[in-house]
Amino acid sequence: MTTREIAGKTVDFDEQGFMSNPTQWDKTVAEALADEIGIDLTERHWQVIEFCRSDYQSQGDAPTMRRITQQAGVPTKELYQLFPKGPAKKVAYVAGLKKPSGCI
Amino acid sequence: MFDQNEDRKLCIICSKGTLDMAYPGLVLANAALMEGIDVTIFFTFWGLDIINKRKMNHLKFVPIGNPSMPIPNAIGGLPGMTNVATAVMKHEIAKLDFPEVGEFLEIIHDSGGKMYACKMSVDMFHDMHMMNEEDIYEGVEAVVGATDFMEMSNGAQIIFI
Repeated sequence: MTTREIAGKTVDFDEQGFMSNPTQWDKTVAEALADEIGIDLTERHWQVIEFCRSDYQSQGDAPTMRRITQQAGVPTKELYQLFPKGPAKKVAYVAGLKKPSGCI
Repeated sequence: MFDQNEDRKLCIICSKGTLDMAYPGLVLANAALMEGIDVTIFFTFWGLDIINKRKMNHLKFVPIGNPSMPIPNAIGGLPGMTNVATAVMKHEIAKLDFPEVGEFLEIIHDSGGKMYACKMSVDMFHDMHMMNEEDIYEGVEAVVGATDFMEMSNGAQIIFI
């Protein structure tokens, strides 16, 4: 468990480097986290991030890629363009969620 | 934390065409792509069934000769048991929200995975009237020889299934 200063706020991270307290998340934190991994957030990114956050609230786990493509209406190819090389993990990271545990 | 796989390359050889031997390769390929790893899959021998459009969504799980199955071979070998076991496994796979083989290949293709068919096996299956080149899923890049595979897999980690 580590604590870092992100966008002027104190944010807790778990041992895998993902935010451990989703309530510390807000849009400025998301922008700062995205910037850290070289992503400029667009409308489309936000659509995915917001889906993931609401899905996390109802399911208790960060959604799998398959869930995102099927339910957020963003196809696989585009998801890899938005969050290159590791979309499910990168979305979860930016959305302030734990690392997804699904295999797909 | 997201760049540890920057230069990692994985080659998976799929040589079997049963349902239970198709999924491990596809799951691993997709997982590797999700981790940012460069993925190449080489389909050879019975593994060609996985990329055969006529067969890909009808792969079977055979319960006979499998000591892990909770039923004796004498029962597993009864007529219709393969279909029953296949239906059960497909149901379980769907329950876990994994796609059918055809859709899985599409996901892998759209995720940037490269797929190749083995030339020797394609020629042989063609000769045995088991498959034509037109049967191969469009997402497959090319039919290539074993020496091409050696070039492609240079520096890669290789998994044989």
